[in-house]
Amino acid sequence: MAKYLLLKHYRGGPTPANDVPMDRWTPEEVAAHMRYMSDFAARLEENGEFVDSQVLSSEGTFVRHDGEGRPPVTDGPFAETKDLIAGWMVIDVDTYERALDVAGELSAAPGAGGKPVQEWLEVRPFLSPCVTITD
Amino acid sequence: MDESLLRTLTPAVLAVLVRRGADFAAAEDAVQDALVEAVRAWPHDPPRDPKAWLVTAAWRKFLDAVRADTSRRHREVRVDREPVPGPGEAADDTLQLYFLCAHPALTPASAVALTLRAVGGLTTRQIAQAYLVPEATMAQRISRAKRTVSDVRLNRPGDVATVLRVLYLVFNEGYSGDVDLAAEAIRLTRHLAAGTDHEEVAGLLALMLLHHARRPARTGAGGRLVPLAEQDRGLWDTRLIAEGVGILQTALARDRLGEFQAQAAVAALHADARCAAETDWVQIVEWYDELVRLTGNPVARLNRAVAVGEADGPRAGLTALAHLDPSLPRHTAVAAYLHERDGDVATAARLYAEAARSAPSLPERDHLTRQAARLNAELRG
Repeated sequence: MAKYLLLKHYRGGPTPANDVPMDRWTPEEVAAHMRYMSDFAARLEENGEFVDSQVLSSEGTFVRHDGEGRPPVTDGPFAETKDLIAGWMVIDVDTYERALDVAGELSAAPGAGGKPVQEWLEVRPFLSPCVTITD
Repeated sequence: MDESLLRTLTPAVLAVLVRRGADFAAAEDAVQDALVEAVRAWPHDPPRDPKAWLVTAAWRKFLDAVRADTSRRHREVRVDREPVPGPGEAADDTLQLYFLCAHPALTPASAVALTLRAVGGLTTRQIAQAYLVPEATMAQRISRAKRTVSDVRLNRPGDVATVLRVLYLVFNEGYSGDVDLAAEAIRLTRHLAAGTDHEEVAGLLALMLLHHARRPARTGAGGRLVPLAEQDRGLWDTRLIAEGVGILQTALARDRLGEFQAQAAVAALHADARCAAETDWVQIVEWYDELVRLTGNPVARLNRAVAVGEADGPRAGLTALAHLDPSLPRHTAVAAYLHERDGDVATAARLYAEAARSAPSLPERDHLTRQAARLNAELRG
C-alpha cells in the first residue's frame, strides 16, 4: 500500500476539457458535483482506501525566511506544483501571523554550507466543516 | 459505574486541591489517581458521598506525592492544617478553576484545551479528536498550559469576561467526533451560571441555548447550510428557546446590559418569529445599535447593516455597508445579498462568487457558490 496526495487545483494546471468555473454552473450541477465528491469519498472509505481528505482555501501565500524580523510574503507567482510539493506539514495555530512565523522558521532550515535554504513555502488555510454562528 | 458522575465531580475535586495549595499539575495527577481508584473500588463498595470520597482519596494521593519530596515537607504541614472546605465553598472553588483556565497568559487555544480538560473533565484524546489534532499535540498543548498557570495564585477574583470568551470559543467549535463541544460549552456555562451571579454569564447561557435550539434546522442533507430565512422552524427546539428567553429576561431585568445579553436578545427575536417574514427587524436593529455602542465590534456593525437592509430596505442596508471596511469577513457576502434584494442580479452573482472564494468554511463556500450559480442561471435564462 502506498499513500498518495490527490491535489485538486483551482488554477495553474493545464486547462481542463470542460473549463467552466463553478459559479457558472446551474445549482443542480453544483449539487451533483458535491454529491459525487462525497459519494466518492464514502466508496473509498468502504473499501479501506480512504486516509484523509481536506479542502484548501483558494487563497495562498508564499513565505520565506529572510534573516531577522518578519518573513517576506508574496502572493505568487507560484511554481508548478509537481516541482513544488515535496511534502507537507499541517499546523494548528492561533493566528495567521503565527502561521507565517512558523513557515518562516521552517524556511530557515539549514542547506548547503549550513546556511538557511530560504525555500519558498506556500501557506494555505484549511477550510473547516464548522460554521461560526453570526446570525 | 457512572462515568458522567465522575466527569461532573472531577473539576470540583481538582478545584478543592488547587485551592488548598496544590500545584495544578500535581493536583491533576492526584485526581487522576483517585479516579482510577474509584473505578476499581466503587462497583463493590459504592460511597455514600462520592465527592467527599474523591476529595479524600485525591488529597491522600497528593500528600503521598508531596511526602516523597522532602524539600516540600514544610508546605505539606501548612496545607495539612488548612480546614476542609465546607459545601458552601465548593462552587466558589470551581469558579476559581474557570478563572485559572481562562488566564490571560494563555493563548485562546490553550485556554480552551485546559478548560475542557480541567473543568470539563474530558480526556486528552476526546479534546484532540474534537479539534482534529493528534493526541500527542493536544497533550503537549495542555501540559504547556498547565506550566504557564502553575505559579498563578488563586487569591484574586478573575475576569468573568475572559472566562465567557473561552466558553463561547468552545461553543462555536461545534460538533466533531464523539464530543459535542457546543453541548459541552452549554453544560459548562450552566455550571458556571449556577456558581456565580453575573448577568453576562446568564446572557451567554441564553445566547448558547437560543443558537443551539436552531441547530437541527441549520444544516440540510450532506451538511448543506440552510440560511435562517429558509430554515424549517418546526425543527427548532422550543424547550431550549423558552429556557433561553426566560434566562435572558431575568438578566435584562437587572438593567446591566452586556454584549452577550444584547446578542441573546437578537437571537430571541429570531426565535420569536413564526416565519422569517414576521421577524421584528426594527427591534433587531435597535439591539445591534446597543451592541455596536457596547463593543464597537466591526462584525456587529456588519450584522447591523444586514438588519437595516431588512428593516428599511436594501438601499439603506447598502448605505450602512458602505461605511464599513470591505476586508471584514463576510462583507462581500452581505453586499451580494443586499444587491440581489435590490434587484441588481448581475452584481450580486459576481459578488457571491467572490465571497465564495474567501469563505471561512466549507459549508459556507458551497452555499455561496450555489447562490452565484442560481443567479447566473437566472441571468442566462
